[in-house]
Amino acid sequence: MIEIRSLNKVFHQGKRAIKALDDINLSVSEGAIYGVIGSSGAGKSTLIRCVNLLERPTEGSVVVDGVDLNTLPSNQLTLTRRKIGMIFQHFNLLASRNVFDNIGLPLELAGVNKQAIKTKVDSLLELVGLSDKKESYPANLSGGQKQRVAIARALASDPKVLLCDEATSALDPATTQSILELLRKINKEFNLTILLITHEMAVVKSICSHVAIIGDGKLVEQGAVGDIFAHPKTELARQFIRSTLDLSIPADYSARLSDTKTENSYPLVRLEFTGASVDAPIISQVAREFNLDISILSSNMDYVGGIKFGLMLAEFFGTPESTEQAISFLKENKIEVEVLGYVA
Amino acid sequence: MSLDMMLEWWVNNDRLIDLLITALGQTLAMVAIAGLIGFIFGIPLGVLLHLTKETGLLANKATNKVLGTFINIGRSIPFIILLVAIIPFTRIIVGSSIGTAAAIVPLTIAAIPFIARLVEGALLEVPAGLVEAAQAMGAKPKQIILKVLLPEALPGIINSATITLVTLVGYSAMAGTVGGGGLGDVGIRYGYQRFDAVVMMITIVILVVLVQAIQSLGDYLVKRVDHR
Ligand SMILES: Nc1ncnc2c1ncn2[C@@H]1O[C@H](COP(=O)(O)OP(=O)(O)O)[C@@H](O)[C@H]1O
Ligand SMILES: [Mg+2]
Repeated sequence: MIEIRSLNKVFHQGKRAIKALDDINLSVSEGAIYGVIGSSGAGKSTLIRCVNLLERPTEGSVVVDGVDLNTLPSNQLTLTRRKIGMIFQHFNLLASRNVFDNIGLPLELAGVNKQAIKTKVDSLLELVGLSDKKESYPANLSGGQKQRVAIARALASDPKVLLCDEATSALDPATTQSILELLRKINKEFNLTILLITHEMAVVKSICSHVAIIGDGKLVEQGAVGDIFAHPKTELARQFIRSTLDLSIPADYSARLSDTKTENSYPLVRLEFTGASVDAPIISQVAREFNLDISILSSNMDYVGGIKFGLMLAEFFGTPESTEQAISFLKENKIEVEVLGYVA
Repeated sequence: MSLDMMLEWWVNNDRLIDLLITALGQTLAMVAIAGLIGFIFGIPLGVLLHLTKETGLLANKATNKVLGTFINIGRSIPFIILLVAIIPFTRIIVGSSIGTAAAIVPLTIAAIPFIARLVEGALLEVPAGLVEAAQAMGAKPKQIILKVLLPEALPGIINSATITLVTLVGYSAMAGTVGGGGLGDVGIRYGYQRFDAVVMMITIVILVVLVQAIQSLGDYLVKRVDHR
């Protein structure tokens, strides 16, 4: 549905040239929810803005639903854009219009008659659950409600594609989940292709079927979400996966943590399970075979796209030799082990 | 001066009252017509100024520069000088250089660049994201101006109108001194040249009330249309 080929974008700031996108190739099939994840400044917004040509690519082509946008004259482009909906981090609703008129705007622009607008907008209000707010002005809505209005507005002209530029980044976690659920619902109901960009792996994890990872204007990795979580090839991908697992050492532990082993101290280790790790009841196995007592301090395991992965902090109580052997055994089973220090 | 004195004066000065009423009418006519024509030209100019900016919808450096320069020239000439300087032009337009109609010409000329800059400022307040959202929806440039930019800037534009009209009330008093009539003219002729403090006070009171009324009406309208 979306084909991006050899896309480059260079910004000129005075004499300086900023290469915001570097040879991007991306293909989003119909009905997919495709996520692009990257840190701030990686080029995500530039990329998604190239898809509806809010930003003109320096080189390369963008084909949406079989139409090469870059070749269209500007009046044709305007019409084609009506089939590509877009929502934004800061909603971009018109303050001068109430909810009903905001949602009806794309239809008004297309010259649809009043009665047809009313029918359509009422059904969209129903869809996003805001029928009781149709007379309200955006200023009196919560962030989540504003994004619902924006989604309804984006759907008004029955687009085939929805572009989401950090659509949940200004929302709290609970609201984020409800907006993501709405996106999933419209994806299913209308077979709408969604391209979303985000800096949060949690968003990708919860709704995307595919993901691409962007760093410094380059796509470093892309594929099915399960595959990326299972076999991240780049450090950047690993970082984003790890970012979904928040695992910090409790303060009183880090106070007692020292770099060197003494008589009565035991190692605190961090275990990282990835898609490559052997799927077996490995912890109890280690405890039994190496005669260790393992005390799990905290653990954050997750299951995405058929893959178990996660982090665990644990203390290993045993002789130095058995601890050593246990660690090599874990490593053989593709579990990454890091000794964080020794706790007395 | 007490209210009693003013009242007493009022009863004894029929002719002056007629004069004041006529003068008020002239002031209102000058302000309203110059304001109206000023907005008819000033709003499009302000929109053009905004659109042709480097980051604007119709970015065009040359047009923006030329427009900006003209507007700056217009705005840097003190009104009292403009009044005199354009007398030949005024003659061409209204056939005379004195009278209320003649005063409307320089008032309008002064109002246009003033309004253009204020409107430009009001448009600048509209978040760029709204224009982008409209573009993404497939809005044509004309639709973006009429359905997004102007409605979103409306509170600011009404504020500009209020400021313009109040300023024009002040300018119209100056225009009065060169034969334009109006309250300023009455105030100067009676208050200054004939030392009639009462007439001067009355014109001041009427001007104050007029300015208050314009401001209150403007504030009321802004409140009605502002949903931010
Ligand atoms: N209009 C612009 N002019 C100059 N540089 C820009 C412009 N837009 C974006 N950039 C630069 O391009 C890079 C990518 O920006 P952006 O796509 O906004 O990143 P992200 O959305 O991932 O945070 C940044 O270095 C940014 O400074
Ligand atoms: Mg961004």
